[in-house]
Order: sequence, then structure tokens, then C-alpha cells
Amino acid sequence: MKHESITYRTCSALETIDLGRELGMLLRKSDVVALMGEPGSGKTWFTKGLALGLGVPSDIVITSPSFSLVNEYKGRCALFHIDVYRLDGVSDFLSTGLEEYFHQDGVVVMEWADRWPEILPEWSIIVTISIIDDKTRNIILSGRHLNVVEIIKRMPESKIIGDF
Amino acid sequence: MIILGIDTSCDDTSAALLEDGKKILSNVVHSQIKLHHPYGGVVPELASREHLKNIMTVVRESLREAGIKMGAIDGIAVTVGPGLVGSLLIGLYYSKAVAFVHGIPFMAINHLEGHILSIFLEDEVPVFPFVALTVSGGHTSLYHVKGYGSYTLLGQTLDDAAGEAFDKVAKMLGLGYPGGEAIEKLGQNGSADKVNFPRAYMTKESLDFSFSGLKTAVSLYIKKWRGSKTLSSDVTVADIAASFQEAVVDVLVTRVMSARKKVNSPAAVVTGGVACNNRLRAKLMLAATEKDIPVYFPRPCFCTDNGAMIALAGYHRFLNGESAPLSMDVRSRFPISDLSPIH
Repeated sequence: MKHESITYRTCSALETIDLGRELGMLLRKSDVVALMGEPGSGKTWFTKGLALGLGVPSDIVITSPSFSLVNEYKGRCALFHIDVYRLDGVSDFLSTGLEEYFHQDGVVVMEWADRWPEILPEWSIIVTISIIDDKTRNIILSGRHLNVVEIIKRMPESKIIGDF
Repeated sequence: MIILGIDTSCDDTSAALLEDGKKILSNVVHSQIKLHHPYGGVVPELASREHLKNIMTVVRESLREAGIKMGAIDGIAVTVGPGLVGSLLIGLYYSKAVAFVHGIPFMAINHLEGHILSIFLEDEVPVFPFVALTVSGGHTSLYHVKGYGSYTLLGQTLDDAAGEAFDKVAKMLGLGYPGGEAIEKLGQNGSADKVNFPRAYMTKESLDFSFSGLKTAVSLYIKKWRGSKTLSSDVTVADIAASFQEAVVDVLVTRVMSARKKVNSPAAVVTGGVACNNRLRAKLMLAATEKDIPVYFPRPCFCTDNGAMIALAGYHRFLNGESAPLSMDVRSRFPISDLSPIH
């Protein structure tokens, strides 16, 4: 399988939301988006965009699921926003039953998934956000699965040089 | 009339007995903080199992303290949401069983309504209407409270809850859990104006909160601070803790004051775990006294999760003729707008 990826650079939270929205518009149920990035890199903001792209009404506020573990929203299809920040290991993840969301009729967005990549299904879209400075973020979308490759191909062209 | 209030929505197992909506006969809280401490947060599966292990003991203890038998209670109030599903289920099913066996009604309570009403467990209470800020690890919301059961959301966090920001920054600084306590304690030895962290006010009119920008700023600052010898000799961990706390407190105080002004409310109330923070108490008191506005905080044991506030909400729901069917389920998401006013 070919590994496909595309790199974007956003210069504000609004641009991060916009990129999330572009991806959200291409998602269908059972898609999994794994969000990776340090605290404050903009994972929740990216998810706000994803939700918009998935047709979640804009008056619904997408907040951090760190406390509740999973927040559920309704758009074109369901959106399950999961955060494994509080969990201590794969066994916690399994015993909490969060794995079941991968097999439900909805899109799963998972924050802090990089702590145990082995829990992610192979069809996951990996979104890695890194902090460049106060406002600027590097955002890489990548994956190997055929479905992910298709989604990445349909994403808008990146404005920064050096897609790899 | 005696109501048993039960809360298992997060990591504390709580039971309380409340007589006639005012007299607290007992208020027992079994905290799992020690258990979760090494993990730096709540572990849901552990939490759920602990609730199951503790609930009988906690209820028995609350009856013993009050000096009454289960047969003497007139109703049960239990939190059904929002919260962690596994944890909520233990409280709900325990309450259903007791209600069924003793043939008494049980009331399904919204945890946030409990927090808002917790101020009425005190002797000194506000008169309606007032502005209430409920601020904890999972919530940061401003309400216009016009009466029992009548809550209009004025603003809320658009990303992290204030308590969550405290927890995450405490983790970045290598401090313990819960983060609020650790940061406040350490911050006492630091100076709050040492680092100027951003105060996110969105727009002037908005009453919403955002703490993710602050979290980023602290994270970036810590990186810079750890990498620079001059900076790390000039600024202490305590300074960072104090400066971060100041940024959160400033935003909370400003928002409460503008919310009060916007709805022209004669008083302000602050509840939830973060309301224990002494810096928040002092700064809000100061700001409100200048404007001649009374501010109310419950004492710390009623700020953090407790059964008494659930019993109190249940008491008012019961007087209103409400009780839940045995088919009642938990609601991990339970917006306060779903509640009906109490007449």
C-alpha cells in the first residue's frame, strides 16, 4: 500500500477550523480521524471545523472531551469526539468500551491517539498538528489505506511548497 | 421530609441526607483522588468499579451520621447526567433499587442544576434573579438564574473547562492531581505578574470562555523557560503557577461582572470545584464590592461534587410533583436547557 500525505500550514485558529471543515466535507460514516499534537496545538479547533464539514449545526459548541471522554454530535452522520488523554493504557481503552465507536455508524475523531497507535484501525486518517509559533501550525494529513489515499487526493491543494 | 441525594457522576461517591430542603443531616463524600493520583486524571473503568464498591458504605455512613434508618427517607435524588456513563449507572441503579424496595419516589437530577443550587445549602443565600458561574474540571458556564429550574445559558467555554486547564498545566509543570489545588498552593510562593499570559476575551460582547490559547501559551513558555538558563534562574515554577492562575482568574472575574451587568442582575454566585480557589474568591469579592454587588460562594465542601446539592435539587423537583420512571436511563450529555422550570 502506498503511503499518502499532504502538509498544510495554517496561520490562525480560523484557518485551522477551515482546514478541518474541508476534511469534514469529505468524510463518511466509519471514517476515523486520529488527531496528534501537543496540548494547545489546536486539536479541538480542528474538530470544530470537521464538525462543520459534517453538517453539525454551527450553533452547537464543540468542546474538549477530556473530561467526558466522548462527546457525541449529530450532522450528516454521527460524530464521536473522543479524547483518551485521561486513560492510562490500552487496557483502559478497551475496558471503557471506546473501541466500539470504530464500528458504529459515525465518524470518529480521536485526540491523543498517538499514545497507543495500535488501537487505531488501519483505515484511520492521521492528522498531525505541530506548533510553529503562537499562531502558526503545521498540519499533516496522512494514511495508507486506499480510502484515506482517496480522501487526501480530494483535499484542496496545499499552498505551501514541499508536499511529501 | 427527608431526601437522600446521591452523586456518582465523576470520581467521588457522594451521599447526603437533607431535611425539608434546608437542614443537612449528613454529607458523606468518598473521594477517589488518592487512587487516581498516579494517573494524573480520572480513570473511568476504575472509577466505575470504585463507585460500585463504595456506594453502600457511603449511604450507610450518611444514614448513621444522620441517625436515621433507610425507612425514614421520603425520596431519593440521583444524578443522571452529565458525566461518565459507567459511573452514573452505579448511582442510578442503586437508587432505583432502593426506591423500588422502599416504595418511595426517585428524582433524576441534572448535575449542573445541583451545582447552581448548591448555594442554597448555605445560611446566607441570594435572592432570584442572579448570575451564576459554574466552574469545574468539566464545565465553565454562566447562567442567568431566574428561579428554581429556570436557567438561561449566557456563555460557556468554547474549548477547555477552567478546571481542565488547571489540571493540564499542573501536569506540564510536573505537579500533582487535582491540578487546581497544586497550582494554588505552589502559586502562593510565586508572583502573579511575573509572566504575562494572555487573557482570552473573544469579543467584547461575548460571554464565552476559551482556555486553549492560554494552555498553548503556557506550554510554549515552559519550553522556552526550560531551555534558557537566564530565564529559569529568574522565573520560578511558583511564578509560572501564580501567573497562569492569575490569567484564569482574571477572565472568570471579568466575565462574571460583565454577565451581571448585561442582564442587570443584583447578585452573583460562583459554584463548582474551581470556586474553592481562594484567589478567585478574593479577586471577585474585590471587583464586586467596588460595584456594591453581593457575591456568594458555597463553602468548599459544597463546591466540589456532593450529594447534598443533588438532594436539594431533588427536594424542589419533588415538591413540583416530579419523579422519574424506573425505566429512566443515564444521560452523559444533559444540557441544562432540557430542564423545565419549577413552579
